Amino acid sequence: MSRIVIIGGGQAGVQLADSLRSEGYQGAIDLFADEPHLPYQRPPLSKDFMSEEDGASPLPLRAGTFFGDRAVDFHQGVEVTSVDPVGQTVVASDGSTLSYTKLVFATGARNREISVPGSELVGIRYLRTLDDAKALQAELGSAKHVVVIGAGFIGLEFAAAARKRGLDVTVLEFGPRPMGRVLSQFMSGYFADVHTDSGINLKLGEGIASLTGVEGKVSGAVSTSGTEYPADLVVVGIGVLPNSELAVQACLEVDNGIVVDACLQTSDPHIFALGDCSSYPNVHTGARIRLESVQNATDQARILAKTLTGKPTPYEALPWFWSQQGAVKLQIAGIIHCDDESIVRGEPASGKFSVYCFRDGRLTGVESVNSPSEHMAARKVLEQRLPLTPELVMDADFDPKSFSRQSAFLNPNDKEGLERPATV
Amino acid sequence: MPKIFYHHPGGATDVIDAVPGTSVMRAAITNGVDGIIGECGGQAMCATCHIYVREDYIGALPAMNEDEDEMLDVTSSPRDDERSRLACQIKVGPSLQEIAIDLPLTQVEP
Ligand SMILES: Cc1cc2nc3c(=O)[nH]c(=O)nc-3n(C[C@H](O)[C@H](O)[C@H](O)COP(=O)(O)OP(=O)(O)OC[C@H]3O[C@@H](n4cnc5c(N)ncnc54)[C@H](O)[C@@H]3O)c2cc1C
Ligand code: FES
Repeated sequence: MSRIVIIGGGQAGVQLADSLRSEGYQGAIDLFADEPHLPYQRPPLSKDFMSEEDGASPLPLRAGTFFGDRAVDFHQGVEVTSVDPVGQTVVASDGSTLSYTKLVFATGARNREISVPGSELVGIRYLRTLDDAKALQAELGSAKHVVVIGAGFIGLEFAAAARKRGLDVTVLEFGPRPMGRVLSQFMSGYFADVHTDSGINLKLGEGIASLTGVEGKVSGAVSTSGTEYPADLVVVGIGVLPNSELAVQACLEVDNGIVVDACLQTSDPHIFALGDCSSYPNVHTGARIRLESVQNATDQARILAKTLTGKPTPYEALPWFWSQQGAVKLQIAGIIHCDDESIVRGEPASGKFSVYCFRDGRLTGVESVNSPSEHMAARKVLEQRLPLTPELVMDADFDPKSFSRQSAFLNPNDKEGLERPATV
Repeated sequence: MPKIFYHHPGGATDVIDAVPGTSVMRAAITNGVDGIIGECGGQAMCATCHIYVREDYIGALPAMNEDEDEMLDVTSSPRDDERSRLACQIKVGPSLQEIAIDLPLTQVEP
């Protein structure tokens, strides 16, 4: 009998199991998940989960009955410890060996750790798993001074939530701007102001040099400028590393993630990879990228289910992402580079606006603040590669919604820029 | 406990007793009710928790904020001006002891 083994019970692995059944797959599905919990959603962990009101209950990805209903063999709390690509078997931490016809890596990513003096002190936390979040949530109740290391999405979401609880919050960021690599300069500047105005002490151009402690517990964070900030809780958010060690051991090609082709197949034709752990050729940018988003994990799973059921389908979905930082909802369509040409539409002071980003005259992405419908219109424009120009966006009469609709009826031959950038 | 009636397009109904304070989206996912995805975790950002509230219960609902209103314009099943809501924005509890909703045909573009 055919057997698909999925390693990893996160957003990607669980959606894949679900979609395989929706696509009519009738063979065995074995899902290995090394975390002790039923699969849950990560995004709320740095948002609602950190608020005082929410009562801190995780949002499951599926009900407990899902695995039985869908005939998925769910190996909860069991880690896959080795893969033999020649014999097509996996070995798990419970001692079992299982053979597969197809194997899928949905192993996600783990936090990058700091290694400055003092990193081993009590009170230094990371935020990736439910256990991380529960520990943090508990400590927030008694903490007074919080230092967040790294002004990325998760660090800032957490910082905003901690600030809302009235704590004294300092954010140290080595780079010149918050979320600097993935946002337009305008947007990252906007967020720097938002957080500063809310009372967060945002220190740009200051990395972490060391952590100081009293009786083994953290008491301060010393930045690269030599300043010491008081801290009874330190949260590290300096990015993640893809979980690709097993893939390396199985002799698969790995380069900032497990390397896959457009159909998410690795260098071994029986092995696939998706979600945070994989690096794939992106048709929208013409470059190989590794994304960390719910959209990427779930859309890749839906497409891979087709390929694994005999309908090979390249993954071409438009990337999109959201982040909630305090009262500000940010939504991003497409892939933006910080030095793209950017045009602001709307009034930032009103708390509702969008930034349209262009590269070589082609729309690369749109960032929207508190404007969900503009975000959705932008997604349509980008998905259909409609010919939006900087001049059109600057036109006072430009209406994204009607543009995204009207242009859908254009003769496809009229869509300039329809041809895709060359894929690497 | 508050009761939620989820009516599926095929005619089946799931009846769930939900913990007070739980959203109609969370109760569906936690209890394995198909037809609600909730991909953004309840932030009114994904519109994959679109529902049609049955007429009798519309009056009891909290007003819709601007975000919800905008997201309802971009659901994959058509919006109903009276009945469409986002399930993540409706919580059951003392002021909403019972609600009945119809699930749309789809939550995501095919
Ligand atoms: C705090 C936080 C907030 C976020 N907020 C947002 C947001 O607002 N919007 C957004 O789009 N995205 C957000 N993300 C990112 C999003 O959650 C991830 O991109 C998504 O969860 C990736 O899914 P995945 O299945 O690829 O990986 P993961 O969710 O990491 O799942 C992989 C699982 O595999 C397990 N595993 C690894 N190796 C093995 C093994 N050998 N055997 C068994 N199991 C194994 C891991 O323990 C893990 O449970 C956030 C992430 C975090 C941590
Ligand atoms: S869960 Fe995403 S809009 Fe309701």
